[in-house]
Amino acid sequence: MASRQQAGAAAPAGQRELLSAGDVARTIARIAHQIIEKTALDTGNDHVVLLGVPTRGAPLARRLGACIAEFSGVTVPTGVLDITLYRDDLRKQPNRPLEPSSLPAEGVDGALVVLVDDVLFSGRTVRSALDALRDQGRPRAVQLAVLVDRGHRELPIRADYVGKNVPTSRSEDVAVRLTETDGADSVLLRRQETPTAGRETR
Amino acid sequence: MIRHLLSAESLDADTATGVLDTADALKQTLLGREVRKLPTLRGRTVVTMFYENSTRTRVSFEVAGKWMSADVINVSATGSSTSKGESLRDTALTLSAAGADCVIVRHPASGAAHRLAGWLDEAGTQVVNAGDGMHEHPTQALLDAATLRERLGELTGRRVAIVGDLLHSRVARSNVHLLRTLGAEVVLVAPPTLVPSGVQHWGAEVRHELDPVLAGVDAVMMLRVQAERMHGGFFPSAREYSIAYGMNETRLGLLPEHAVVLHPGPMLRGMEIAPDVADSPRAAVNEQVRNGVHVRMAVLYHLLAGEEVAA
Repeated sequence: MASRQQAGAAAPAGQRELLSAGDVARTIARIAHQIIEKTALDTGNDHVVLLGVPTRGAPLARRLGACIAEFSGVTVPTGVLDITLYRDDLRKQPNRPLEPSSLPAEGVDGALVVLVDDVLFSGRTVRSALDALRDQGRPRAVQLAVLVDRGHRELPIRADYVGKNVPTSRSEDVAVRLTETDGADSVLLRRQETPTAGRETR
Repeated sequence: MIRHLLSAESLDADTATGVLDTADALKQTLLGREVRKLPTLRGRTVVTMFYENSTRTRVSFEVAGKWMSADVINVSATGSSTSKGESLRDTALTLSAAGADCVIVRHPASGAAHRLAGWLDEAGTQVVNAGDGMHEHPTQALLDAATLRERLGELTGRRVAIVGDLLHSRVARSNVHLLRTLGAEVVLVAPPTLVPSGVQHWGAEVRHELDPVLAGVDAVMMLRVQAERMHGGFFPSAREYSIAYGMNETRLGLLPEHAVVLHPGPMLRGMEIAPDVADSPRAAVNEQVRNGVHVRMAVLYHLLAGEEVAA
């Protein structure tokens, strides 16, 4: 705890550190354990696939996969599912560049798919991901793992695995930073200039 | 964010690369999928308005629109009110009033797409040039660039020869602009009678002999001899043209090992390209068509998916 307070004090004005680099690593490890337990992965009955939603869901899924392999000895296929073309708010903002989706070669038919994203907010990204997944095949079941759940859901969607629940106000912004995309691991809570009405940060 | 796609000349390197990257991502996304349909342009209406014959371009725009879930409607000069004497402007305004979000136009008059964009801008209807006379055919240049990127990697520093009927070719003009924007070098090869005036301002080298050029290029783009636009003798005979400027097995042998042969189609086998070259793995003619669909999807995505631009 002391280290977190120290790190929190080092954060610039107007933002607060929710998770330090160490917390992020521990949280991912905990989610990995939960996935192993809940899917009974080590019994080998189920075909589990981890799909990350870009940008930061993709490295998170890879890290989760590495943790799961380390803890259970089972290698879980991971992939990337870009949902840009399935968003319901495309017309409300400038064009986004696409990120290529890459699914495991064996596909998702009959698999237990765990969608992985950094922040769960309105739930609209997850809805888009479910639509995108439907066009890729028919999984046996779909679960959701997120690093941070910040509330303010606009759709009947909940996560199966949550790293940290954070009560937030709409005028705040949860920024997840990962080494792969931002150079270092941390989760920050920031005040925002203009509140985003139901727009998730990606 | 582009509002209309009228010419390759007006594309900057960032926009062009953006469209090509999107096309690439779309291709990856759709690869091996059973359901080749994306919901992205649901509820948008795209009208293709073709005043000239076309197989490839029209079909690939239609497929592109449909794979993005847009409603695609085809209008051609014959079978529409154009044959009753309606002007291009009135037809376009009618289509716009009937709810077209985007009009894709091919017209025998150079500059037709620009005029159309001017008329439709106020109504918020976007225009894509699918070939206007002897001026430009920007989506062809984009799909050629996509094919070259796939075969050769980045285009910076690459050298591309464009061979044949430069005078009547909108494909050549669009390709010169786009290839140069993307950092490639272009050498144009044609008999003096088929070189357009003003070519010295295109920023490309002009040569009249094909064989000496071949050893130093990474790609050769063969152009169709456009008999329908030729009124008068531009060369003595088809056979003579074919001997001097046709791509055949012997010339294929003069090209470096990695070099690609492109043709925008429709091909006149035996005229500008020999049948065995057209069917060889060195030629990328069918890849060009395949990439055409993804490139046109990308163009529609960039034009229609994002925020509405205030008119």
